[in-house]
Amino acid sequence: MTSLAHPDRTPSEDLARLPLAELAWASLQGLRSRKLRAALSALGIAIGIGAMVSVVGVSSSAQANLLAEIDRLGTNLLTVAPGQSFTGNTEVLPTTATRMIGGMSHVRSAAAVYQLTTGVVLRTPYVPSEETGGIGVDAAQDDLPEVMGTTMASGHFLDRVSNRYPEVVLGAQAAQTLELEQVGHHLMVDLNGTWFTVIGVMRSAALDTTLDDTAFISLPVAERLFGQQPDPSEIYVRSDQDDVIGVSNLLAATANPQDPSGVVVTRPSDALKARAAAKGQFTTLLLGLGAVALLVGAIGIANIMVISVLERRGEIGLRRALGARRIHVSAQFLTESALLAALGAIAGLGLGAGATAIYAVAQHEPFVVPTYALIVAPLGGFLIGAIAGLYPAMKAARLSPTEALRA
Amino acid sequence: MSAAHALALDGVSKQYAGGVTALHDVSVAVATGDQVAVTGASGSGKTTLLTILGTLERPTAGTVSVAGRPLTDASDRNLAGLRAHRIGFVFQAFHLQEALTALDNVATGMLYTGRHLRDRRSAAREALDRVGLAHRLSHRPTQLSGGERQRVAIARALAKRPEIILADEPTGNLDSHAGTQVIELLHELAGDGATLVLITHDPAIAATFPRQIHMRDGEIVDDGL
Repeated sequence: MTSLAHPDRTPSEDLARLPLAELAWASLQGLRSRKLRAALSALGIAIGIGAMVSVVGVSSSAQANLLAEIDRLGTNLLTVAPGQSFTGNTEVLPTTATRMIGGMSHVRSAAAVYQLTTGVVLRTPYVPSEETGGIGVDAAQDDLPEVMGTTMASGHFLDRVSNRYPEVVLGAQAAQTLELEQVGHHLMVDLNGTWFTVIGVMRSAALDTTLDDTAFISLPVAERLFGQQPDPSEIYVRSDQDDVIGVSNLLAATANPQDPSGVVVTRPSDALKARAAAKGQFTTLLLGLGAVALLVGAIGIANIMVISVLERRGEIGLRRALGARRIHVSAQFLTESALLAALGAIAGLGLGAGATAIYAVAQHEPFVVPTYALIVAPLGGFLIGAIAGLYPAMKAARLSPTEALRA
Repeated sequence: MSAAHALALDGVSKQYAGGVTALHDVSVAVATGDQVAVTGASGSGKTTLLTILGTLERPTAGTVSVAGRPLTDASDRNLAGLRAHRIGFVFQAFHLQEALTALDNVATGMLYTGRHLRDRRSAAREALDRVGLAHRLSHRPTQLSGGERQRVAIARALAKRPEIILADEPTGNLDSHAGTQVIELLHELAGDGATLVLITHDPAIAATFPRQIHMRDGEIVDDGL
């Protein structure tokens, strides 16, 4: 050994110092020496963060699913319907409206449905005619499913044959109500006293679910049956994707040039988007449960750290003898507590992501965990741990070094 | 008190809460490079003397100077700095950390000097080599014998090359053979210029020191000069 005296040292060099990297090293050693206990006390934080991440993840996945559905259905569908007049009566769309709209530039296709207010669909004539099950009867053109972006669950939609014969296509909900979900057995329904053959069942029309409660017959048959040409009750319009607003602005005047104010134009995808936004809102109750788990976890960590301070009195005394200031001792306990909770939070993030993945696979939804969770969860854990460690850290710093060494 | 004194107490008393007087009007000086044994019965104030010399406690009355600095007005921060850089402690109970290797236990001895891990480990390796444990670097305390553990603790105290070494019954937990080796090691290492103050109740160990201070009931009855 060389000379041990350092007469050239200045007083400032004589201060006790604990660089951040060395503090982290000491804290990690502290945790490593009590692995099982560290794991158990971090579990509370892991469960709390896991619950919160899975709530956020599940609602984000459901939202992403709906948004994907909107993308698939397209946002370029517009509906034209008669509005209400100044006096409160329902306006009427001219029968020429569909043809006029179909001729507009930037309109790809248009299909109308004609509500037949007196139509009643019954499984058999023995069912009382009041028990309609809420099923309406519409006349429709054969391009309706194409414009709506809806497919058939079974059978096919109305075609040229349907113009001459009594054939009916059921919406998804109507088929369920009538318990006729499969076509192929020459199933008949009683429509105003006439037997109609069910030739197809549609899938749910996500962009306008009122169609699901409807039975569709062809326009010529409707005219024959009811003896009049019905007025369009709703016209579905597909515009070019880039001209939705422009087309939307012109639709009312085109549908009814004499009274554009009696026409209501809507964009069904807007309602779906609102629903998607609502799905993105987390379930407050579940988030609250996660917060309770976090609180319990934080108390668990505080509890363990207090015990740890008592157990490690010898170590604390030693550290003071080695030159640690009170603040160095408290910094170490605080860092251990914060690291413990941060590690628990990272584990919780994994748990929550796993739960979300299981949900997403089961529901056939996309797997989404918001990126902010990747930052907020560990950081939140770190802060919670630091707060939980505050009291034990102060207790450790207040310990008299000599008493600690004698312990 | 001259700067040649590594340690000096003047009229130092220490009373604990409840009125227990551990030290009563103690005055003693230890020259730089001296090796001193402190003997006395249990409760005679030896350990209190050591904690006051080691700046872990402040006296109730009197003045203390360590490494030529009077400590009367020193802040806790300054005292911690003195311990971190200039004072090495060796305890009867070793106070090694079970989870750490011998190397990291020794490196922890320099934790509060502000030196970085790589630097501390290299100094620790050198210190373990000097205490004859170069082959035990990655062993944990439970894998070492009592004598080896105390040698690790000595390496921890000495790796930072302190001016003052304070040892409290370092052989109390060792058999006589290991104890003798530890005392020889302390003599040898301190012989490089450090001041060594060692508490013992073993007359044979005290006899190996050129100067012996004897205490009784909180007072120095023989300052060995």
